[in-house]
Order: sequence, then structure tokens, then C-alpha cells
Amino acid sequence: MQFMLLFSRQGKLRLQKWYISLSDKEKKKITRELVQTILARKPKMCNFLEWRDLKIVYKRYASLYFCCAIEDQENELITLEIIHRYVELLDKYFGSVCELDIIFNFEKAYFILDEFLLGGEVQETSKKNVLKAIEQADLLQEYFHIMAL
Amino acid sequence: MALKMVKGSIDRMFDKNLQDLVRGIRNHKEDEAKYISQCIDEIKQELKQDNIAVKANAVCKLTYLQMLGYDISWAAFNIIEVMSASKFTFKRIGYLAASQCFHEGTDVIMLTTNQIRKDLSSPSQYDTGVALTGLSCFVTPDLARDLANDIMTLMSHTKPYIRKKAVLIMYKVFLKYPESLRPAFPRLKEKLEDPDPGVQSAAVNVICELARRNPKNYLSLAPLFFKLMTSSTNNWVLIKIIKLFGALTPLEPRLGKKLIEPLTNLIHSTSAMSLLYECVNTVIAVLISLSSGMPNHSASIQLCVQKLRILIEDSDQNLKYLGLLAMSKILRTHPKSVQAHKDLVLQCLDDKDESIRLRALDLLYGMVSKKNLVEIVKKLMSHVDKAEGTTYRDELLTKIIDICSQCNYQHITNFQWYISVLVELTRLEGTRHGHLIAAQMLDVAIRVKAIRKFAVSQMSALLDSAHLVASSTQRNGICEVLYAAAWICGEFSEHLQEPHQTLEAMLRPKVTTLPGHIQAVYVQNVVKLYASILQQKEQAAEPEAAQEVTQLMVDRLPQFVQSADLEVQERASCILQLVKHIQKLQAKDVPVAEEVSALFAGELNPVAPKAQKKVPVPEGLDLDAWINEPPSDSESEDEKPKAIFHDEEQRQAKQRQPEADEEELARRREARKQEQANNPFYIKSSPSPQKRYQDVPGVEHIPVVQIDLSVPLKVPGMPMSDQYVKLEEERRHRQRLERDKKRKKKKDKDKKGKPRRHGSLHTESDDDLAPAQQVDIVTEEMPENALPSDEDDKDPNDPYRALDIDLDKPLADSEKLPVQKHRNAETSKSPEKEDVPVVEKKVKKPKKKDKKHREKEREKKEKGKEARVEKEGEDLDFWLSTTPLPAAAPAPEEPGVNAVITAPKEEDEEPQREEQGDEEDDEDNERDPEKKSSKHKKKKHKKEKEERSKDKKKSKKKKPPGDEAAEPVENGALDEEPLPVRAHVQLLPPGREFLH
Repeated sequence: MQFMLLFSRQGKLRLQKWYISLSDKEKKKITRELVQTILARKPKMCNFLEWRDLKIVYKRYASLYFCCAIEDQENELITLEIIHRYVELLDKYFGSVCELDIIFNFEKAYFILDEFLLGGEVQETSKKNVLKAIEQADLLQEYFHIMAL
Repeated sequence: MALKMVKGSIDRMFDKNLQDLVRGIRNHKEDEAKYISQCIDEIKQELKQDNIAVKANAVCKLTYLQMLGYDISWAAFNIIEVMSASKFTFKRIGYLAASQCFHEGTDVIMLTTNQIRKDLSSPSQYDTGVALTGLSCFVTPDLARDLANDIMTLMSHTKPYIRKKAVLIMYKVFLKYPESLRPAFPRLKEKLEDPDPGVQSAAVNVICELARRNPKNYLSLAPLFFKLMTSSTNNWVLIKIIKLFGALTPLEPRLGKKLIEPLTNLIHSTSAMSLLYECVNTVIAVLISLSSGMPNHSASIQLCVQKLRILIEDSDQNLKYLGLLAMSKILRTHPKSVQAHKDLVLQCLDDKDESIRLRALDLLYGMVSKKNLVEIVKKLMSHVDKAEGTTYRDELLTKIIDICSQCNYQHITNFQWYISVLVELTRLEGTRHGHLIAAQMLDVAIRVKAIRKFAVSQMSALLDSAHLVASSTQRNGICEVLYAAAWICGEFSEHLQEPHQTLEAMLRPKVTTLPGHIQAVYVQNVVKLYASILQQKEQAAEPEAAQEVTQLMVDRLPQFVQSADLEVQERASCILQLVKHIQKLQAKDVPVAEEVSALFAGELNPVAPKAQKKVPVPEGLDLDAWINEPPSDSESEDEKPKAIFHDEEQRQAKQRQPEADEEELARRREARKQEQANNPFYIKSSPSPQKRYQDVPGVEHIPVVQIDLSVPLKVPGMPMSDQYVKLEEERRHRQRLERDKKRKKKKDKDKKGKPRRHGSLHTESDDDLAPAQQVDIVTEEMPENALPSDEDDKDPNDPYRALDIDLDKPLADSEKLPVQKHRNAETSKSPEKEDVPVVEKKVKKPKKKDKKHREKEREKKEKGKEARVEKEGEDLDFWLSTTPLPAAAPAPEEPGVNAVITAPKEEDEEPQREEQGDEEDDEDNERDPEKKSSKHKKKKHKKEKEERSKDKKKSKKKKPPGDEAAEPVENGALDEEPLPVRAHVQLLPPGREFLH
């Protein structure tokens, strides 16, 4: 996977994770272009599109669009599954996650993503293990907080 | 007092955490930019504080602002400070910020090396984890080089949590520092058999990614992966492995044969669409690689096509899309199997989703044959009329042209029909592709000699029709076809029925509204037309009529002379003068037609687009050699003027030199002439180059066409391609009748005299369908001794090329990864590194060395390659020739359960089962009976496995002792309990999920 973007129906970026090295300018350009293209698509259309030499896989969950860019040979369906899995993880973590959760706790959303994917590859296919790792890390964080006070 | 103030300000600062910032931004919608710049000022203040908590908070806010598009690169150093905080809470934030905004150009990144190393070796697995995660986003070549050894060590960490991260990040390290691949690969390979399924799957991931780019180096791993494939039940892993095999099979067809069976079994048994899709794709790849040697795989193709048909018929748009996509891959090698599903593809043309319609169009390309071309194009034409939105209509237009023109118009039996289609397409308003239609018209008219008469008649009608000219005012691309029409009418004016009328049409005042380049063609071709009219009139001895035409030219040409377009203006004024001169001659009753026609004598032949490139460089010619002596470097600009006055003698000597060598010159001239004579691209000075051209041996085969017309040449009025459908049917009917007669007479089975054009797709229907006209296409000309090699150059900038490394060669000492010691020694030389960013230069030096080293390495590799290939070949040969391996005997019915890979104890089973549990969970309402049965079977097999596990104990002993005891967390995670079915998932829409 080359990158993952989360954005709202209004086109506001909510999360971005780049697994390739690009300049900020290029990233912004790509983001703008993709957000426009995807928002313009009709709801009944399929979730894939060809873009430059990449394939874009996106899916809308409530008011949020999850969008991944994969290379030509990668599997679109498994990418959809990755998106879905990530949504499930967010949902488990936040409990009925909504867009606001991701806005206000965006760093948590990143932490979860980082436990699930690493360098654009699936790191952990077990949902339980991902959540466990996050919980443990959070515990550690809490612990330090308590120590600090 | 002061202390209180400081404390107070800290409190105030602390008040605005991330949540406050987000809320603030949402509350300041109208002056967001102003509010944020205020916030950034505050953040800058916070970053100046000594309190790490305040700093971390500030960095966290910055990370959020970075996502909104604000530049935070100025805070890079602060981010590093937060990264090096001792507390995990802050470290986590620091690494997150770094992973979001650091990139290879960030110069402070080199300051992080030691900090990252420290974190990697931290006793807390979460410190290590967070460092690895961060590193995966911003690893640079320098970081990769310096940390490769540390990360490699982590691949054998006691905790699987670290191992899997380390394994995955190795891929990024390889990309940035290819030298690390060879030393690290043995350990990576080991991880394929790691007891932890997560680590195992990570290793599969990395090796698959590596192998996908440079498959040949990984061929020797095929047996191992085959074992994994037949034993794993984790779909994520299976998909990767199957994809890997897809990359390997083109290199080793025997592997493909071996794969077909387990893959088809998977296709039959799996309920996961993603896996099914991957299997089908790989089977297609296998079949493509086998297509030459193995004829009897039609069952597999049929299976794929059937499965794809199910996907395409599915109501899920995604499956439909992918089904069509995969179909188009089969189409390339097995067109017949796909053609059977023409109905389905045509149906998809009516889908409401444009992306699906476009995929279906792609498929049509390969589905046409001589038999159905007319019918399919007719259908597409009706779509053109219906299509909303110009993009899709333009796409249709290009597809029609693609379909018809493919393989040198292989499927067109009746070019009159095709010209009519093209003419019909010109009624499209607002298309961008007028030039495409024009190019086709030109191409057909030039290359199909038999059609010229018809083409000219249609083109003159186009020139006459007002709508095209009128459309030019709307900035409409369609007027481009007039370019072709004018040229064709001019060039082949001898075929015109009423040249005078066409001439008038081309000289209408309206023409001046056309774009310049079209007008220019008009002007030029008006003269051609004029020339042929003159000739006609003179031959008919009608000098007055000839003078009239001249007068018409003189009257109308000035409108072009006034054109703002330089090209038009120049041509027009030239020609106007010429015509005026002719007029004078005509007044004296001098016959001029002959001479005017001579202006355009000869015929234009198409030249292949690559012809120029293919002209072989003559022997002995070195294009890179200097023609003159290269200017010496020492000669500076000051000296040059001196040289002019330097000494007169020298210059005179130079002038004299050629004279002295008269003989030599003559010899050279002779040689040059000789060469020019052999060069088809050199315009020769002989009086009629065209005639001479005909003598070139390569052109003889261009046939003069005999037409046997069964279709009336001129279709009255605007052409309608539909008329041809009927005529064509009648013709075919007649043909069929004739053939039946012949068959009764048991005559020889025809086809000998039939012209055959090159093409890859020959279908049955092609063979029993003779074209309406004996049409031959003038082939494009190529230089005589050009080689037909079509090497597609690989992208030299491909980052994966550096990873094309031989992995089987034993490791040399020089290749070992730089170890920490070495690095420490270096850092001890610059102890103040953290504070002095100038060290950058120092760090970069070794990089250059490394490059040299890399090159050397590559040389070495080349040498060692041959030896390796043989050795590898032996092992593989053995594996490929011995049919089922004892360990991985692929039982035909149930591939998923038969073999065991590693430590076949319960813990290993669990996550796999959990995988399934998850899936069930995802899709509770669509439970699959297949799954239950497979689960059942699994339990049976568990016993078998336990028996075998004794044998496998050996491999287990490799594991570091105390591994399991040391990781209560991970093992806890493996304790499986059925996942509760979610009551509701707010974000999840209803509908199907994809692993099923």
C-alpha cells in the first residue's frame, strides 16, 4: 500500500498515512486530486478506480471516506478488507466510533493504524492482538501519567 | 512572584490541549487562518519551555495542524526532543509527529540515529515498537545503513510483537540500503518458519514483496512457499503467497503445472472472494506462461471463466468490475473462452456504473471477429447516441476506432462500411477526438488503395456539408476531420466525381473560420485539386473552362493571404503568385497543366513510426566520436580572440589542405553517394525518386489492388453504416451458398489465395469469412536491415532494481552489516554531534564509499551468477520433477489441511481459527456450509498433526528457551474465545463484506 487517507464528505482531511516518501507539496496535490475525484463519484459506483499508475480503493463509512492507494498487482478486495478491518478496530477501540472521535483523538487513530499496518503491509491480522497492543501501550501511558502527577 | 507567574502561564498553556485546539478551530470557521496562526504563536512559546510535557503537547497540536496543511518543518528539532523523552507517553507523540512530517529531505533526521538505536534496544517492547513504527515512515538511506544491523538483531527478539515489526521494516531497509539484503536474508528466510503466525505472515509479506520485483532470485524458495500454501489457512498469507507464485511462474513453467491443481482446488473450496480472485488471477498467469506448451488446460480456463462469470453476474459492483478486469487478462491468451460470454459483456455496456462500462469496453476489444465486428460497432454507435457526458462518449469513440483498427484492420472485411462509420462519427458534437477520426480517415485512405475512390466521394461530401465548418466556431474538436477530408480530396483528386464543386467548397469564405492548421491544408490541397482540374480541362480542350478555374483561384485566394495564421498566409501568398503566373501563361495559350501537376507528382507511402530508430548505424561510424578535435580545456576565453589574429599562415594552411587532397575527396564523395544510394531515407537527386523507390526490393510486395465490388460504390446522400449491415448480410449469405456448393463438389478447401494480415487473434469465424474486397494494406516501410527487436526499455529509475541481488551466494566478510561498534567509533570522533548539524557532511562521506562498494558488489554478483544458476537449477529440478513432496503432499480434494509447517501445537492453530472466527463474525448472516465442514476436517487432522509433531520437535528446539514464558501478553492474546457478534457498528453500512 502506498498511502491511506481519511476524509470527510466535505472534503476535509481527517487522517493521512504515507508509506512512500513524497514532498509535502506533492502530498497535498495528490490529496486534493483524489478527494475531488472520489467525492464526485456516485454512491452506486464500484469502489475502485485507476489513478495515475496506481489503483485507488475507497469506501465510505457514514460521513467518512477511507481511501487507499495500491500498486497495480495488489488485490483490491483484500484492500477493502483492510479498510474494513481498520474501521472495525476503530469501532472496537472507541465504541461506536464516529467522525468526531477521530477528529478529537486523531493520535489514537494513528496509533491503532500503526499497530495494524506497518510500512504499508498488514502487520497483524488478528484484531484481538492489535487491540491488546494498543491497550497495553495506553496502560503504560496512563501509568506514566499517574507517576507524573 | 516570578515563580507564580511562570506557574500560572504553564497552567494556561496546559489548558489548551489538542481537544481545545480542535474545538477552537471548529468555532472559528470564519477566521480559521487567523486563529491558527495565533495558535502557532502559542505553540512556539510552549516549545521554548523546558517542561517536556508542555513540549509534547505542543508537538501533538502541531501534528494536527500538519494534517490541515500547515508547514511544521520548522519544529523538526523540537520533535526530536520529544522523541527522546524518557517517558513513553511523550516518546509516542514524538515518533508520531516524526513519522508524519519527516522525509528524506529533513536535515535534522541524522540527529536521530543514536536515539533510535537506544529506543530499539530499550527493555520496554513498546519503546522499541514505537521506534520501529516511526522508522518505517521516515527511514533514509543513512538511517538504514546505520541501523540495519540493530534491526536485524531484533528479528530474533524474544517477543513476537517486536519480531514481526522488525521483519516488516526490513523491507524498507532493503529498499533504502540494498547492501543489507544479502546479509539479512538468511534470517528473514528463517522467519518463514517462525512459531508465531504473525511473524511468519510478516516474513511472507516481505519476501513476497521482494520476489514480486525480482522474481528470479527467489525461485529457489518455491518449494518452501508451496509447502506454506498447501498448509496455511490464513487468507491474508495465502493471498500473498499465491501472488508470489503468479510472479514466479513465468520463469519456470514446470512450477505452473505443479500449481494448477492446488489452485483450482482452492478456487473450488474457498468462500473468500478476495482469495478466489487472487487464485483466478494466478491461474491466469500460469496459463499464460504455459500457453505455448500445454494445450490441455482448457478445464482450468473454463473454471476461471465460469467463476468470473459468477463475479460479473453478481449484484456487487466491485465484483462485477474485478470480474471484467480479470476476464480481459484471459482474453489476451484465450480469446475463445471469453468470447463465449459476449452476451454478458454486452450487457455490462448498459450498466449504470461508468467504470464498469469502461471495463466492458476494454473486453470488447478482444471479442470482435470478422463476423461480429459490424454488429458490435452498431451497438456501440447506438450507445454513442445515448451517452450522456462527453467523457464516456469520447471513450466510446476511441474504443470504436481501437476495435476497428486493431491489428492492421484485421477484422474489417468491408472498408466502405468503416469509412461510413467514421463519417457518421463526425456528427458527434463536442468531442475532443476529431483528430482521431481524421487520423483514421487518412490512414485508411492511404493504406487501402482500393477504397480511395469511395473515400474521396465521402470526403468531398464532408467538405460540402456545412455543419462541420459551422461547428468550428464552437471550439469543437470535430472540425479536425476537415483536415483529413481536404487532404484526401486533394491528394487523390483524380478520383473526384465533381472536382470543380469540391474546389468551390474548399474556397468558401466560411473556411477562414477554421483553425489555422486546417486552413493551411486547405490551401495546399486546393492547388492539387486545381492542378488536376487544369489537366482535365486541357485534355478535354476546354481552355476557357481552365481559365475560369484559374480566375476562381485568383479571386478566392486573397482571403487566405489575409489570414492571421502565418502558415496559411505564407502558403496562400506563394500559391497566389503561382496561380497569377499560370494565368499569364494561359492568356498566351501555353499549356500549363503538365507542369502544374508535376508539382505533386509521385505517391506518398506510409513509413513505420519506428523506422527512423531502426536505421542501423553503418559499420565504422562512431556517433560519439568527435568530428573535430575537442577544444582543449586549457583554452580559456581570453585566449580565443588572440587566436583569430594569431597567425595568418595557419589559416591559409587550413584552406589549402582540402585542395591538396583532391583525390581523397573524390573517393569520399563516391563512398557517400554509395551510402546514400543504400539509404532509403535519403532523398535522392535522381529525376524521379518515386520510380526509383519502387525498385527497392522491399517494396515490391506492395500489391496493386484488384477490386471486386459487390457493394455499390456510391451510397446516395450521407452515408449510413447501417445500409452496409444489410448488404454485408446478403453478401455473406451468397458466400455461404457458394461455399456449400463447393463443398458438395468436394473441392479443395479454398483459403489459399486469401490475403492474410498479421494478427494474434485468429478465430474460427475469421477463417470462413472472405472479405468483401480483395483489399491489401500497404504495409509501413522499414529500413531494409532493421531488426524487429522491440525491447521495451526498463525504467532506469526503478527503485527495486537495486534489490536485484543474488541471495544464494555465500556471504563475504566485506558484506557484513556495519555493526554498532563501528558506528560508535565514528560517533566518538564527533562527540558533539547532537548539537552540531554540520556533521552531515561527515555522515555523507561513507555513503559515497558505499556506492563504490555497491558497484563492486554487483560486479561480483555477475560473476557468481552462472555458478549459482546451475546449483539452484538442480534443487529446483529435483523438487519440480518429484511430484508430491512427502511433507506437503497436495491431496487433490483438500489442500488447506494436509500439511504441517511448524510447531503444530495448539497455540499455532488458534490464531488461524481466530481468523476464521473473525470472518464468521464479519458475516454472520451468510454462514457458509463449506466452512463448517472444513473446520470439521481440521479437527480430524489435528490428531495427525500431533503425531507428526514429534518429528517436528527438532525444529522447535531452535526456538530460544523461555520464549513463551517471557511473553505473557502475547500468549494471552492467543487464548481464544469466540468473539461476540457486534450489536451494531455505527460506521458500518449494511451490505456484504469481502472476505466471504
